[in-house]
Amino acid sequence: MQSDNVGKSMEMKNIIPRILMLMSGLLLVSLFFFPMWNITLYAPQYPGGVAMYIWINKISGDTPATLQNINILNHYVGMKYIVPESIPELKYFPYIIYGMIALAVLFSIINIRPLYLFWGLLMIALAVAGLYDFYLWEYDYGHNLDPKAPIKIPEASFQPPLIGKKHIVNFIATSYPALSGYLAGLSIPVAFAAWWFKGKK
Amino acid sequence: MNSFSSYSSLLIVLLSAALFSCSNPGVKTGGVLDMDNPSKVYVAPGEHDEFYAFMSGGFSGQIGVHGLPSGRLLRIIPVFSVDAEKGYGFNEETKPMLNTSFGFVPWDDSHHPELSQTNGETDGRWIFINGNNTPRVARIDLTTFETAEILEIPNSGGNHSSPFTTENTEYIVAGTRFSVPYPQKDVAISSYEENFKGMLTFIKVGDEGEMDIAFQILLPAFDYDLAHSGKGKSHGWTFFTTYNTEQKTTLLEVNASQNDKDFIAAINWKKAEEYISQGKFKEVPANYAHNVYDEKSHTATSTMKKSVKVLTPEDCPGLVYFLPTPKSPHGVDVDPTGEYIVGNGKLSADLTIHSFSKMLTAIENESFEKEIAGIPVIKFEEVVAGVVKDAGLGPLHTEFDAKGNAYTSFFITSEVVKWNVGTWEVLDRASTFYSVGHIMIPGGDSKKPQGKYLVALNKITKDRYLPTGPELCHSAQLYDISGDKMKLLLDFPTQGEPHYAQGISADRIKPNSKKFYPIEENEHPFRTMGEKESRVEREGNNVHVYMTTIRSHFAPDNIEGVKVGDKVYFHVTNLEQDWDVPHGFAMMGANNAELLIMPGQTETLLWEPKFEGVYPFYCSDFCSALHQEMQGYIRVSPKGSSVPLLWRLGEDEFES
Repeated sequence: MQSDNVGKSMEMKNIIPRILMLMSGLLLVSLFFFPMWNITLYAPQYPGGVAMYIWINKISGDTPATLQNINILNHYVGMKYIVPESIPELKYFPYIIYGMIALAVLFSIINIRPLYLFWGLLMIALAVAGLYDFYLWEYDYGHNLDPKAPIKIPEASFQPPLIGKKHIVNFIATSYPALSGYLAGLSIPVAFAAWWFKGKK
Repeated sequence: MNSFSSYSSLLIVLLSAALFSCSNPGVKTGGVLDMDNPSKVYVAPGEHDEFYAFMSGGFSGQIGVHGLPSGRLLRIIPVFSVDAEKGYGFNEETKPMLNTSFGFVPWDDSHHPELSQTNGETDGRWIFINGNNTPRVARIDLTTFETAEILEIPNSGGNHSSPFTTENTEYIVAGTRFSVPYPQKDVAISSYEENFKGMLTFIKVGDEGEMDIAFQILLPAFDYDLAHSGKGKSHGWTFFTTYNTEQKTTLLEVNASQNDKDFIAAINWKKAEEYISQGKFKEVPANYAHNVYDEKSHTATSTMKKSVKVLTPEDCPGLVYFLPTPKSPHGVDVDPTGEYIVGNGKLSADLTIHSFSKMLTAIENESFEKEIAGIPVIKFEEVVAGVVKDAGLGPLHTEFDAKGNAYTSFFITSEVVKWNVGTWEVLDRASTFYSVGHIMIPGGDSKKPQGKYLVALNKITKDRYLPTGPELCHSAQLYDISGDKMKLLLDFPTQGEPHYAQGISADRIKPNSKKFYPIEENEHPFRTMGEKESRVEREGNNVHVYMTTIRSHFAPDNIEGVKVGDKVYFHVTNLEQDWDVPHGFAMMGANNAELLIMPGQTETLLWEPKFEGVYPFYCSDFCSALHQEMQGYIRVSPKGSSVPLLWRLGEDEFES
């Protein structure tokens, strides 16, 4: 009886971290099916708000024409057009995510404790780098204005918030993670859980 | 209208005093309201009305869309008349909509809007309306609130008893008000009895709403006034009122008012379908226009059709019966069960109600008093179900609520009378200000009346509003009919002269209302699918400008090389894809109107420059903070000039 229990707990100790690591990888797959970030602009003339969604590989809106409509609004103050084809990150970020998914599968096969920790830390580093990159783009869009813009507002910043809510001229802009952003974030504690379970006596 | 109205104003004073001096004081203002009435019609800022009301524009030729209970005007839908505000009938795309066998007819008199129905309930897909003057019917698409189709009616002399749908919108109808020679020919007017005929037309409505004349029925030369189709048990039949069964052609005011009874013509259209499939029709040459607006190409086409199938009652027993009805009946209205057919004898004090089941029994027993042109006339006492006695004077129209009550308008006594369907007892009466014609309860002519409101569409306005000179708007009045007593809630002005109206709960239309046209679906032959494609092309004297609009510029906005004598076609595509961002296009000296282009749409303005010079054009619909900058110039050179054709936007200049 006792040896049976020990055997079972040994088995669990091996299976659970592997499943958790695979889960982390699976959570990243959601990035290809759902948007990871949402910026919405609210103004009286836009009763439902104008919502823009950032994906790992594209930018979309609540309607097919949303991006055009945001660009039309932005051009009054000289902000650059948002052209997804000209944002290189949307092209190479997917490969980084493929890599992280592959590593998750590989690590769950190898099943060595430090690798789980490594994956989690690597994911944190990537998330921080990604957010910093996002901030740089926002800064560029908000500050790098066409000197021939029809409307110039001294001192005004058109940079959307990295996260949270902000007044931008006549708009209130909100910026929050969207579904796959939360799921990808969740992959980090799940990886740490794999590390913790693997070390459990 | 004018002589009639002054005559009837006199009657109002005399008769309302005489008939109702006991129950009503002679003068009523309607100004005393319950204190809670304002809240019943108050729709708070930003809130929506509960019902759409579609008011015919009468002599404006259009349809006015109002909200109820507020009465607010939401839109004028251009139908039978040109509308410079929207470019309707002025731009190249919509000119074909107003084509007829008489050529371009830019005006009509629209009387009776009728919503499409499914299982006898209004379904919010389309609304039909008749053009009375040059006989036509139109279909309006209620996803875009635009006229989608207009069909001319041949062999007709005034399309009044129309369109009045069947309960699944199998057919709409078109009965001629004025009988005319058949076929149309040069004859003495006094040969009326010999040469004139009255034609009733059944128009098949397809699954996508497309209209096609299925058959016409050749009837004696009477005036066919109004109609309604049966429902429930009487589905398969349509009823038309007649007047001038005296068959007079002059001073009808007197001469057509002599017979004690005229007729309601009962048409068995299912029987007609059988006769058509048996080939018992004559294919008769005709010439009539069928105009269709295509939502993808944003362009109308007009096709002339060349024949119709005509059924003659002599050859088709069981197709038509006449129900004697006092006295020059105007409206004919079928109650929600389909059993009762109300004949509103407009020169009578009584309302006559026929029974559909009695009619069937009478037909079975052949209880006929005579035949006219092969049409059996059923004995009056064998078909009548009841009479609403001394209800008022001048009954015109009846609508129904969901509780077994009917409401009839009385023009001469200027009131709406509520009565019970079955006991024929008068339950309530409410004054109108003044001289009500049609009345409307949302769904009030369908199997499922929705109404808690009744709208009275009045013919005379007088002192109801601030005066505006001799010409006044027509006045509508809203009554709360949810209780036992009708309560006047609101006066509101309407456009043209609303005859009939239709009402429908907003939730049957609102979710389907389109916000813009997807640009990728634009199939206009002269579309410009992006600024990079904007250009100018010359073909002889025709210059085609492929122009785009987007906030806040035209592309191109400078054009040179146009010459006096050219025909310049501005094909303007609005590249916007957002709700409520139309752009206008206005060209100095254009002999037509502006363009008003919805997002995703292409419209064309023809401009024929007459003098050399440089002329501005601009956006006429305030579109953005930089709307006032949305402008351009076109240079006109003399005939034979060698100025090259070029166009410009900002730094980009092109030459052809």
